[in-house]
Amino acid sequence: MFGRIVWLVLRKDFMIEVRSLETAYTMLFFAISCVLVFAFALVQEGRAPEGGAAGILWIAIAFAGTLALGRTFERERQAETLRALLLAPAARPAVYLGKLLGIVALLSAAETVLVPLVALLFQAPLLAHPIWLALILLTGTVGFAAVGTLFAAMLIRARSRDVLLPVLLYPITVPVIIAGVRATSVLLEPDVNTGFLQVWLALLVCFDVVFVTLALWTFEPLMTD
Amino acid sequence: MPKWFIPLAILCGLMCATAPILVAQAPYESTMGLVQKVFYVHLPSAWMFLLAAIVCGIASVRYLFGGDSRQDRLAWAAAELAVLFGVVTLVTGPLWARKAWGVWWQWDVRLTASLMGWMVAVAYLLLRKYGGPGSDKLAAGLALFGMANVPFVYISVNYWRTIHPTTNVVPTLPTSFGVPLWFSAAAFLLLFVLLLRLRMRLEEQRARIDALYLSMDT
Repeated sequence: MFGRIVWLVLRKDFMIEVRSLETAYTMLFFAISCVLVFAFALVQEGRAPEGGAAGILWIAIAFAGTLALGRTFERERQAETLRALLLAPAARPAVYLGKLLGIVALLSAAETVLVPLVALLFQAPLLAHPIWLALILLTGTVGFAAVGTLFAAMLIRARSRDVLLPVLLYPITVPVIIAGVRATSVLLEPDVNTGFLQVWLALLVCFDVVFVTLALWTFEPLMTD
Repeated sequence: MPKWFIPLAILCGLMCATAPILVAQAPYESTMGLVQKVFYVHLPSAWMFLLAAIVCGIASVRYLFGGDSRQDRLAWAAAELAVLFGVVTLVTGPLWARKAWGVWWQWDVRLTASLMGWMVAVAYLLLRKYGGPGSDKLAAGLALFGMANVPFVYISVNYWRTIHPTTNVVPTLPTSFGVPLWFSAAAFLLLFVLLLRLRMRLEEQRARIDALYLSMDT
């Protein structure tokens, strides 16, 4: 039952998104603009600053993620479907998980474009270890989106929510971003130290577990009027 | 105001007046010299900062799941104190660091985690002020995530190789350093409790005025 609700929420969001592709296109365009701004600012005389690629990739993911998070729930608010979603005889954590998976899928799609772009513009060997990179990106995205989905859902009824989402989201998710950046920069070194990589990945998994548990625990009371 | 407030406030005032004398009389530490005395303010304020974050988190959980508005006021008061003691910690820390490490700031695990904890407390206050109706529950959710940071700050120095002194320093302090430290910590704790009570009372009175206005309207 629980899994079915997660699937239904995910499928609903996916179908709405596929029909208009509004969030996907705007988010992707914004993320690409971000990377380009960094490239204009930092790449001088054709040389990218050393070790900058990891940070820029994660900043672009965080910014694009904030945009996507704001939009997903804004859609529910504009169509006044949030109440219907919450009134449905479904476990609230399942609704949360469905939304979370939707955001993770959307961000992962954006990352498939962002990674080659950053690798190209900053001359970084990001694609040299694709499996490690995929693991880092997945765990980092889940951690970021776990907090983001909860906060975006909470803020839906708040005044000035567009401003408040980044204000609340960044201080909490900074550990995830730091771990993501560090792990990615380990990958960019000439000989990869798998020991370091495993430590940062373990830390990312820890954050994911803590954030998802806290979010699942608090989603129900937070979404009750 | 409860009966204990005035006597405790006087005691706290006396302790805050005595603490500088004790700190001044404590011996000079051999490598750090005069700058080491910052430690008597830095460490107690850091403890109070973490305590405030924990109080805020626990009160928030109880508000979220119990709905008692007293807990909400307690969480708000604690968040303000977290910001206050956080500022003291983050200002006194670099004073010490400049002498010990030669730089004002280092992106060390404990420093970063403390800064983030402080930013969460600031975000909490921003949310309370500008979030509009319903922001109390949102803030409670935020406080919960802020509290998750506390154990991380505390254990970070023991697990990561950082340059910040570890938690083993305090239990091994000689008496001449320990007495002023614990005295100062007690004064800070007293100040914390008094400010918390005072801040809660302000909110209680505000809530009472709101209730009175509402009853006049109807």
